[in-house]
Amino acid sequence: MSLPHASDKAVGEKRSRMRAATLLPLAGMAVAIAIVFFGLDWVGTDYAYLAAYTVLQFVVLSTAWNILGGYAGYVNFASAAFFAVGVYTSVIVYKTVKLPLIATMPLAAIAAGLLGLGVGYLTLRLRGTFFSIATLALSVVMNTLVVNWAFVGGSRGVYVLRPQSIDFFGPYTRYLCIVMLILSIISVLIARAVEKSWFGRGLAALKDDEIAAECAGVPALRLKLAATALSGALMGAAGAPFPFFVTYVDPATAFSLTIAVNTIAMPLIGGTSTWIGPVIGAVLLGSLQQIATVTISSALNLLIVGVLMVIFITLAPNGIVGLVQKIRERRS
Amino acid sequence: MSTASVLSSRGVVKKFGGFTALTGIDFDLGPNERVGLIGPNGSGKSTFVNCLTGALACDAGTIDFGGTDITDMAAWRRARLGLARSFQIPRPFRGLTVRRNIEVPLAFAAGLSDQAQIEAEAEDVLARVGLAAKSRKGPRSLSQVELRKLELGRALAARPKVLIADEAMAGLSDSEVDEILVLLMQLNDSGIAIVLIEHIMRAVVRFSQRVIVLVAGAKIAEGTPMDVLSHPEVVRAYLGQ
Repeated sequence: MSLPHASDKAVGEKRSRMRAATLLPLAGMAVAIAIVFFGLDWVGTDYAYLAAYTVLQFVVLSTAWNILGGYAGYVNFASAAFFAVGVYTSVIVYKTVKLPLIATMPLAAIAAGLLGLGVGYLTLRLRGTFFSIATLALSVVMNTLVVNWAFVGGSRGVYVLRPQSIDFFGPYTRYLCIVMLILSIISVLIARAVEKSWFGRGLAALKDDEIAAECAGVPALRLKLAATALSGALMGAAGAPFPFFVTYVDPATAFSLTIAVNTIAMPLIGGTSTWIGPVIGAVLLGSLQQIATVTISSALNLLIVGVLMVIFITLAPNGIVGLVQKIRERRS
Repeated sequence: MSTASVLSSRGVVKKFGGFTALTGIDFDLGPNERVGLIGPNGSGKSTFVNCLTGALACDAGTIDFGGTDITDMAAWRRARLGLARSFQIPRPFRGLTVRRNIEVPLAFAAGLSDQAQIEAEAEDVLARVGLAAKSRKGPRSLSQVELRKLELGRALAARPKVLIADEAMAGLSDSEVDEILVLLMQLNDSGIAIVLIEHIMRAVVRFSQRVIVLVAGAKIAEGTPMDVLSHPEVVRAYLGQ
């Protein structure tokens, strides 16, 4: 049955408001990127680029994780597996056709996206902790496969030689940092587009109540599959430059607990309901870890994450973004 | 199947392990009709609704919606065809505002794609169910009757041909029951056929053109409200021997 249609004037007013709401955060993002970029060039050391690379890598990973974990509420413990698929796709390309990194990254994204699609099809009928346990199993299976695959180095690992510098970009570390900066911008724009689109609203509906969402016309399984593939693809893309960053990759590094834990902790601490939450969490935690690494010890990195997780889950379960929203609501 | 029916079922059976919840239900709903579905607790009303809307798969029997066999169709596809429901216990999307709750079926079930149009139509739906003032609030701030209205609003936003209202008045005061009844009548006036599952007999009698009684998963009576309520088997089922 048809509803009384909204007036053209009301529709027009809404369109202008939406345009303004889109442009403002994008302008803010551009300013922030310019500040980071010129700041790094001003510092000009290799370490500054590598530290920034690590933080930006976690911006991508936590943003990617949040598409399925935050928007749809499906907690994925296999982020290290998707990341590792990107890492080893890059290793395979390096050992065979030797494509440039920029061409390898889409291949890594496709490989990890397909893994997400396949695993999603098998596991997304599971809910809650059952789904999470299935993703844990995926990590173990992928790790075992790589450990027993001699071509990619098996358990001994593999060396990847990176050039000292690259035309136009200068030092390779600077190039890696720029590549990760571009990927993090793309990831954040994708996550924001998902959140604001009907895809994102469908995910939010099924996160709250899957049966009610289906009865409102939301194709739950399709949306979840798309979210898993997209999330996996971005994690895979983040893994592709990693062999050139560390120059030696073994399964313990690629499937590192640090990656799995950080990727979940950062969105939870920043806030999972919006695209900015994982960015805040990644920048905050990533920077803290880098500071701890140079001032105390990198052994403290997971301890910092653990302590912050306990504090936030107890005091601000909806993360920094949720806390700010709560304070704003109280004031208004 | 009856050609005049917009929604019908034949021999619908649902089992949970060794327990048979529905023993073979035949059901017909005409276009723009108002049907009351009653029965004691545990009689299988909600299970039947779940089978009709696709929340549960039936073990035997067929379901037809406007000439399309929907027996094995996913719930979201049934919603897109025009089969909407409200839930016995309100199930709002708690992470979304009241307006966003309405926007979900407008986008997915009704198939609107223009965001500005969706927002404007969501506000129209909210005005229709009396929730315009709560548009930007979260469902947690709504009272019980408002949550019921949100359920109906969400079903209405799917632009249904058939609405199944599962105990839409449970737990409400007399005046609130009247509010919901008026709303359901208005929806029916706009051309929506409605199945009302309800325990409040005065509401069922006032609303329904026809009443069907389920007891222990079987249909025991069907007819006008007054005929059905004086039916000996119905009296026995409700009051005992």
